[in-house]
Amino acid sequence: MSGVLVIFEDRAGKISRISWEAVAAGHKLAASLGLPVTAAVIGAATESLAAETASKITGKVIRVEHPLLGQYTADGFTIALHQLIQSESPAYVVFPHTYQVRDYAPALAARLNEVLISDVISIADGPVFTRQLLQGRLSGNYRHTGSGPCLVSVQAGAFRADAAATGSAEISVFTPTIEPAQIRTKPGEPFRGSSQTIDLGSAQLIVSVGRGIKEAENIPLVQALATALGAELAASRPICDNGWLPMERQVGSSGQSVAPKLYLAVGISGAIQHLVGMKASQCVVAINKDPDAPIFEIADYGIVGDLFEVVPALTEAIKAAKQ
Amino acid sequence: MKIIVAIKQVPDRDAQVRIDAHAKWIEESDLQYALNESDAYALEEALQLKEKHGGEVVVVSAGPERVGQTIREDLGLGQTGVIVAELLNLPHATLILHVEKTDSGLTVKRELEEGWFQTIELPTPAVLTIQSGGNKLRYATLMGIKRAKTKEVRRVTAAELGVEAAPVVLLDRVALPQKQKSTQILPGTPKEAAAALVEKLKFEVRVL
Repeated sequence: MSGVLVIFEDRAGKISRISWEAVAAGHKLAASLGLPVTAAVIGAATESLAAETASKITGKVIRVEHPLLGQYTADGFTIALHQLIQSESPAYVVFPHTYQVRDYAPALAARLNEVLISDVISIADGPVFTRQLLQGRLSGNYRHTGSGPCLVSVQAGAFRADAAATGSAEISVFTPTIEPAQIRTKPGEPFRGSSQTIDLGSAQLIVSVGRGIKEAENIPLVQALATALGAELAASRPICDNGWLPMERQVGSSGQSVAPKLYLAVGISGAIQHLVGMKASQCVVAINKDPDAPIFEIADYGIVGDLFEVVPALTEAIKAAKQ
Repeated sequence: MKIIVAIKQVPDRDAQVRIDAHAKWIEESDLQYALNESDAYALEEALQLKEKHGGEVVVVSAGPERVGQTIREDLGLGQTGVIVAELLNLPHATLILHVEKTDSGLTVKRELEEGWFQTIELPTPAVLTIQSGGNKLRYATLMGIKRAKTKEVRRVTAAELGVEAAPVVLLDRVALPQKQKSTQILPGTPKEAAAALVEKLKFEVRVL
């Protein structure tokens, strides 16, 4: 067994950004072990994806192509990649940790009698894979001890996409054997939930509220702070799940990605699903009662305290400063 | 319709996490446990389907009496649903917000990234993993809590099931996460901290 196989994912006909991060992780792993890197692009027509990939890979690119892979299904991707892995015998398989990978890679791993080491944030010599546990309050170092290939998915933003190498990889085609009856689910076309009227992505100032606010009745407290600051109001997922603020104000992997000058997080513990949506912010301020909350790991300024006392005081201080 | 809901206990959201002496896991003796929040959404979806179509809801949880290996591994990886589907050779769909029964099986609404969704049709039996926010959680009523005490609870050991799997992935060491930025904590009373933050927003961040 040899080599590092990186599985690429595309969005609207282009290689997705997190795939380049996965290949950066793959290159890092390959370099430390002295292994070649192979990239796989998957679909019904993969020529342009392969060409785009080949310019940034040092090893080779495989087009995993079949008419039944045109639209993503867990069955189709699991069958195709199982066959590819059996044919290529990679030592490591690296995936971007996306909703799609979460949907099929655990099944693929189980079919290989392996477990996917998911959502990895760093790779050290060994190799040792670090991932977060307990909503980011703990990090764990994992080693692969199985006899088959080691499957790893990497977290969005954990590896730098521009660290990916440049190259001109050789391109080949792999045609898996898939029967229509093996695809048991029938997927529909993706659609948008609601027409997004609020574009948080271009907001310069954001005040965001999390479950620390406790009740819907307390939202106006944070709204007043946002208004005083002239900021957009946003929220973490639980607030929108509860219907306390509309879904289009949600920041995170299932909501909007934002990069304001100031992101003021109120009562947000900082689960990774939230952090991936806001860690590009220029300045992060966190107000939280728990000094160990993960949000403080990426905050520039922090106030450890009861938000029900701190927020009104801050609103008043901002109003006074603006006069 | 018979529905099995797989749930687990996790350390309470507000629980203080301390590393054990061997840095292999956390101190569990003084931890508070609670139902994993997303599992509550799965249970709710199952109960609503049962109320609409009849049938039975069975809840299963794998783990120790309280402390042990299975739950530890489960805690981290969160891939149970998809692995179960593969091992049982059943179709599956993940991150499901809504389930509708049809003549031939199920139609489900799946969440994609960045505010996109998708409808998927699949035959039953099937494995679904439920995303939070798809339904409204109910609160246990006093009657419900009373009735729960009369429900049958069955225990099955791994040995009885003939399960003996060697781990393929090893959790070597745990640690508290490393800071990515050096956070400046603004001390003092709420009023003092607020005043200090306003200074920073004015002169450092320059947004006031």
